[in-house]
This record gives sequence, structure tokens and C-alpha cells, in this order.
Amino acid sequence: MKKLINKPEDVVLEELQGIELAHPDLVKIHYDPNYIVRADAPVKGKVALVSGGGSGHEPMHGGFVGKGMLDAACPGAVFTSPTPDQMLEATKAVDGGAGVLHIVKNYTGDIMNFEMAADLAKGEGIDVEAVVVDDDVAVKDSLYTAGRRGVGLTVLMEKIVGAAAEEGRSLKDIAALARKINGQGRSMGMALTSCTVPQAGKPTFDLPDDEMEIGIGIHGEPGRTRMKVKPADDITEMLMMPIIEDLPFKSGDEVLLFVNSMGGTPLIELYIVYRKAVEIAEKHGLKVVRKLIGPYITSLDMAGASITMLKMDSDLVKLWDAPVKTAGMRWGI
Amino acid sequence: MTITNNDVIKWLQAFDQVITEKKDYLTELDSIIGDADHGANMFRGFQAVMTKLPSVQDKDIGSIFKTVGMTLLSTVGGAGGPLYSTLFIQAGNRLNGKMELTLLDWAEALEAANNGIVRLGKAEVGDKTMVDALTPAVQALLEASKDGKTMEEGLRMSADAAKKGMESTIPLVARKGRASYLGERSAGHQDPGATSSYLLLEAAADVWTKK
Repeated sequence: MKKLINKPEDVVLEELQGIELAHPDLVKIHYDPNYIVRADAPVKGKVALVSGGGSGHEPMHGGFVGKGMLDAACPGAVFTSPTPDQMLEATKAVDGGAGVLHIVKNYTGDIMNFEMAADLAKGEGIDVEAVVVDDDVAVKDSLYTAGRRGVGLTVLMEKIVGAAAEEGRSLKDIAALARKINGQGRSMGMALTSCTVPQAGKPTFDLPDDEMEIGIGIHGEPGRTRMKVKPADDITEMLMMPIIEDLPFKSGDEVLLFVNSMGGTPLIELYIVYRKAVEIAEKHGLKVVRKLIGPYITSLDMAGASITMLKMDSDLVKLWDAPVKTAGMRWGI
Repeated sequence: MTITNNDVIKWLQAFDQVITEKKDYLTELDSIIGDADHGANMFRGFQAVMTKLPSVQDKDIGSIFKTVGMTLLSTVGGAGGPLYSTLFIQAGNRLNGKMELTLLDWAEALEAANNGIVRLGKAEVGDKTMVDALTPAVQALLEASKDGKTMEEGLRMSADAAKKGMESTIPLVARKGRASYLGERSAGHQDPGATSSYLLLEAAADVWTKK
């Protein structure tokens, strides 16, 4: 393992210390339990948004804390859900009296820990709602799996719902908006290489030099199929078609197209994917009205990409365009 | 023979040793069908438990168990955190105020623990989870107690049943947790959660029968 770290067990702590030094204008860091809150938290009268998950997906979630997006993020150990005490303390720290929305990605551990935290927060008189993101079409949603994973759509949801909270909408309306977004967005990812978890010290899975994994998760969980590496255009088609067919996206739909790097794939390749994804979308009568391209929900050093499409309407477009000021996403301010 | 609060402390210390030795093995199992963190997470949790134990070592067994449960809840994370936390808290609730345990006490405490895990994780036997190791171990303990077996016999039977249960996960297709994303590709690999559960009961049999 070759990584720019000191000790594997100090990775998350030292990352937080770096964030604290880099962005004192945006966020405050609380240690033990670990959580990141907006510098101006709690914002009185505003619904607060709390998310969290294992570390290793940066900039998600800590990089999305700030005006117009999240009020707090709880970082767990690498690829490990944070614990209920972190979530409870973060929830209390950002509650401005209008209630708190928990944005939870659909993984067994995240669901259990956030449920326990929500129960504890409710016991302390805080109004908490939880929304689960499960947009990964690579996983069959059946009784025989833990359900679809929460992946790229989480980023779009946190931005859009963050803008709605900033506008002063109610907890009930914001939770409904988040569920609407989850209902009309879909994602799929692929990997060219494995990632290496610092504490494991070696790649999570073996992927020969000339092979790729289609339908990968963001923790190196293997996907649908493994095959020989193909040109970018073919790979883009293999990601776009299941997304289009699953919702399904229909001719005339306006969409936000999000091409994401898994961490190890450079921007130059993401634009090649974006170019083909737009062509496929247009061939199906979809109009790409907004886009996002870059590393936003990563999987440590994994090479690969994911595509997310969200069906848009005028409200979603307005909220997407609203100002946001975070370490990981910033415009309009 | 009964199990005293001091024996419980010794068991937890022994399990911490086992986790320290086996953490890479558990993470290896988890990297095949999960996300390569089970060993590191359990290690972090039991390191924290070890620092808490001195403050409760003279307390009743229920208090010791609940302290372990709360410590794991705030240190392990993932799915293993709430599940192992539930194991200790549910068992602890059954053992409130007790300074020593009979075989039946232990059987009933583990039964409550397993029921709590089943409720929280919504897993059944055959889903390729820790429930596959714990359920037969609980059955073995209840039967041993009913048949008037000695503590030593009961503990050995439960550890053996957990081992068989753990091994039974190898051919299974996972239906819960991250391994379920693999579908058929999860078959042929031993479940890491069932493995750590077996190690927990094996440590109990090992420490408590050598008294």
C-alpha cells in the first residue's frame, strides 16, 4: 500500500484537523464525538440538514457543510457508518427550532445507526425526519438484498434540499421534496481498479489489469458483472441504459446529468464520458438542462466513474441554481 | 459451577485478545463479500471496552454487559456496532443485579440477545449473518440446561454449535447487509459477522471451562 498518510488509524482525525485549519469561515469541527457543523450553526428558524456516513467518499459529506447545503455531517471511520452518539450530538448542535432532516444512504449500518440517533433526538424533544437515498440501479431491489444503495443522487439531494431549507421551507415540505428527488433520480457506477482501505492495507478486491467491474458500489463492493475493459463510449452506454430504462426516463424529460469520478479517474476522462452520455440522453429525447462533472462522491483511490440522472422541473432547477458556499461545491455567493 | 462477574471480565479480556489476533483475518473475510472493515471495527470497539472495564469490574453482570454494549455503540459503527451493542445490552437487561450466572441464566441472556439482533437486523437463519452462528448456539444452551448438563458441557456444546453455524454460512447466498449486493457471488465465502460471533462464544467456552 502506497498512500499519503501517517498512520492508518489517524486518517480521519488528521483529515478533520486539516479541514478545520482550511475552512474556519465555513465550518466548525467537533471532536469526540466527531462531527462538522456550519460555522454559523444553529441557524435560528431554519430546518437543519444532517447527513453522514463512512469516510473515504470526500468531498461528501463534510465538504458539503455550509450555507445552502448541509448543516452538519458525521464522518465515520473509513467506509464505516458513524455512530448514534455522533449523529445525536450533531443534531442537537444544529437544531434551530424548525426541526432536523437526516439524509441517510441505504446501507444496513447507516440505517440502524441513524434510526437509533433519531429516536434519541426525539426523546430530547427535537423534531426529526429521516429520508433514505437508494438510487443505485445496479442492485436489484428485492427481499433478497439489503435494497438499493445510496450513491450519486445523495450529492444532488443535499444541494437541492439544502437550498429549500435556506428558503425557509418547513420540515414536512423538505422531507417530501427529498423523497420526490429520491423517486426520480437513478445512478450506476463502474470501476477500473479496486480501492485500498488504509487499515486493510491492500486492495479490497482483485481486478486484473485488463478487466473492469460494472455496477460497483462506493465501498468497493463488487457489482453486477466483470468483463474486459471497453472504450469509454461503450462503458457510458452500459451505465446510461440501465438508468434510463429503470425510472424510466421518457422522451421530453428534462434532466440533470451528473458524471462523477470514483476518486482515481481524472477529469479529462469524465468529460469523455459526459460527451457520450449527453449524446445518449438526446437520442432518447432527454434534455440535459443542468450538469455536474467531477469527483463529488468518491471511493478513496478507486479509478472509475458513476453516472446519475435526476428528472428536473422548474422548482428543482431553481433550487439547484440557488447560491451554495461549501468547501466541495460553491456558486452564486 | 457458576459464572461470576470476575469470570465475565476475564472472558471479555480474552475476547479482546482474540480480536487483536484475528482482526486481519476478519477484515480479510469482509473484504471478499463486504467492505473490508469488520476486523478493524471490532478491534477499535474492544480496545475502548478494555479501557472502560476497570470502572465496572466490581459491578453486577448486567451492568458490565450494558457498559460493554454502550461502549460498542459509540465506537464500532457500521452495522456491527448496533448489532453487537444490542447483543450486550439485551443480555445485560436479563442479567440485571446478578453477581453470578447459572447455565440457564446464560442461555436465557443469549436468547434475549439473539432475539434483539434478529429484531434490529431483520435477519433470519440462512441469511448469511451472525444470526446463523448465534441461533444454534442459543438452542444448544437451552437444551443443555433442560437436559441437566454441566456448565462445562453446555458451554462446549454452544461453542460447537456456533462453529457449525458459522461454517454453514459458507455455501449461503447473502440476503442482508453489504454481502447481499453480491447475490450468488456471495456463496462460497464464510460470513465475517458469524465468524466473530463464533469467536465470542468460543472465548466463553475456553475461559469459563478452564476455571
